[in-house]
Amino acid sequence: MTGLGLILSSILVVANRKLYVYEDPRIESVNDMLPQSNCGACGVPGCRAFAEELIAGKFTPGQCTVVTDVVSEEIAELLGVDVGGDEKRVARLACAGGSNVARQRVHYLGLSSCQAATLVAGGGKGCTWGCLGLGDCEEACDFDALFMNEHGIPVVDPDKCVACDDCVDICPKDLFSLEPVTRKLWIPCKNLQFGDAAERECEVACNSCNRCVADAAPGLIEMKHNLAAINYELNHLADRQAIERCPTGAIIWIEENGVAQKGVDAKKIIRKTSLPVG
Amino acid sequence: MNPLRLLRRSFDHGVHPAHLKEQTADLPIQRVPFVNRYLMPLGQHIGAPSRAIVTVGERVRRGQKIADATAFVSTTLHSPVTGWVRKIEGFRSMDGSFAPAIEIEADPYATQQEERGDPLPWQSLSIEEFIAAVQEAGIVGMGGAAFPCHVKFSIPDGLKIRYLLVNGAECEPYLTNDHRLMLERPDDLLQGAEIVRRKIGAEETVIGVEVNKPDAIEILRRHVKPDQSVRIVPLQVKYPQGAEKMLIKSIFDREIPAGLLPRDVEVNVNNVGTIIAIFDYFERAIPLIERIVTVAGPGAAYPANLIVPLGTPVREVLRFCGGLKEETREVIMGGPMMGRPIASLDVPILKGSSGILAFTEAETAGRKEYPCIKCGRCVEACPYFLNPSRLARLSKARMFDEMREYSLMDCVECGCCTFSCPSNIPIVQLIRTGKDDLRNRKETEQ
Repeated sequence: MTGLGLILSSILVVANRKLYVYEDPRIESVNDMLPQSNCGACGVPGCRAFAEELIAGKFTPGQCTVVTDVVSEEIAELLGVDVGGDEKRVARLACAGGSNVARQRVHYLGLSSCQAATLVAGGGKGCTWGCLGLGDCEEACDFDALFMNEHGIPVVDPDKCVACDDCVDICPKDLFSLEPVTRKLWIPCKNLQFGDAAERECEVACNSCNRCVADAAPGLIEMKHNLAAINYELNHLADRQAIERCPTGAIIWIEENGVAQKGVDAKKIIRKTSLPVG
Repeated sequence: MNPLRLLRRSFDHGVHPAHLKEQTADLPIQRVPFVNRYLMPLGQHIGAPSRAIVTVGERVRRGQKIADATAFVSTTLHSPVTGWVRKIEGFRSMDGSFAPAIEIEADPYATQQEERGDPLPWQSLSIEEFIAAVQEAGIVGMGGAAFPCHVKFSIPDGLKIRYLLVNGAECEPYLTNDHRLMLERPDDLLQGAEIVRRKIGAEETVIGVEVNKPDAIEILRRHVKPDQSVRIVPLQVKYPQGAEKMLIKSIFDREIPAGLLPRDVEVNVNNVGTIIAIFDYFERAIPLIERIVTVAGPGAAYPANLIVPLGTPVREVLRFCGGLKEETREVIMGGPMMGRPIASLDVPILKGSSGILAFTEAETAGRKEYPCIKCGRCVEACPYFLNPSRLARLSKARMFDEMREYSLMDCVECGCCTFSCPSNIPIVQLIRTGKDDLRNRKETEQ
């Protein structure tokens, strides 16, 4: 038995020498510094793959959105490259129709998931495009950056959000998008109905009144399919003036710290309870 | 009949829901009066949506073509009333999204006579002309799926159809529209079947009817003419006897492998309503502009079997039947097993709407869901030999590759698993979300 053990172990020793694959030791050390959340926000599957791509020079340390700036700098120092990286992005929801402002057509009693509800007559919400509020995104978020507020609308914590794309993927109504924090003008509405029809479904819907288009710099905002759309290529022209006259508060100004402000003319929503169903 | 022989007229697995057809089985088909507004969604069949060929304000006659097919798997639409086209725009459809539809306002002074041309001389049509004519008539599968009917008739070279199978099983509880059609129009049904059988070159017509409709079996047997080669086959009462693969297994004892179609076992399956629609077009020159709808369920004040022009809002149909009872909580379009709940009574009757069922609190109250106890009842119930509980768990966990491995896409959402689940797990709904995921992934991969 001892002899057999010796023979087999010597085979292992030989195999280890002969079949050894050289691997850059930096991959391991960089991998150790990465968060190991394997979120995929950088675009490659997993942190180790990102480490390999870093060594190969295809990425810069700053492109990992999860690690803190200090750590990215450490990685950059270790590899002797620039920190680089894109500007910070966060997930934003293009809907503000909580249960206190948006009409509910029917009670939905089925499986408690937005995706399942969408497949049953589009869910119970009056607005076809609006957030169903059943929390698929909250469940999908690996970073606790999303929580459902008391009106059933997901709120993103910009400090915790790492722009990993999970909520964007999971939302059956495609309401999330990853936006650079420098984009301060934002339209939290996707309702394509015109005027009163939109406002009947939701008190904070864009009713395509065109006031923001008139107040903003030329070309910055335009009305597409009864919904204001911001041309972010002209983002440097954006200012608060565009939101001030919006009657429903369907265009908002988001400060860097994540505080959203409506214009002065927006109707005040003081109702805290849900609207009745029907 | 030998009871042993009857026992064999069935398939493996399946469930036995109460059939609950007493409410409407004996009620003759009535015609719903014309209302003032009709809505014809352009995408009410499977396949590419139709393209409107009328303009807003135009006057249309009953039976006039208002939308054209845009592809081979697509079909035409015909105006259900004489009146004016009022709008062509997005309307909220049954699945909750905005989809283009043609709104027609009925002319209150019109006689609403169908625009009848001469019947097509079907005897002399070639198969290609026959297929084109079926598409021109806008005929789709009337059992509920609304799959354009002419597609089924175009048989690729090398395949031959031996049997035309007419599906009169009507296995869904409550629904009695096919039953009434068989009772009231047996001659038309047999003649329609004869037209299709001759055109697709089948040797024999087989009509499968569940034994809970003995009067229909009797009447059809009595009306078969000597020159028609028709066989009426009584089937065991079991759900989903009316699914085409189950029907073929019951009658011909042949199983169709996943991914193949009935034509691969030399069978063409059509619903009773579809055959009647074909009869109406080829013998009376009336395109598909109305269908039979069963209104039933504990919430319906006066259950009925109705001839409803397509596009009639559900609200108007229910108004004709005395409305809904106060305690109604849910309205389902289609049968109780496979139908979809509707979120608004303003949705119109479509080509595929076989029933309007109203349910009260007692039937719809959310039942408490318990964990799966691995009893295997869903596996025993699944007529497609899938493992529903496993598929549901995989779908919940979003394990896409494994879902494919366990043939998630072969599920037809018949509902046997959810029906048999003692833990009240919404298995079908979970599988549906899984299918949605797989479809989305396929799109992004392309």
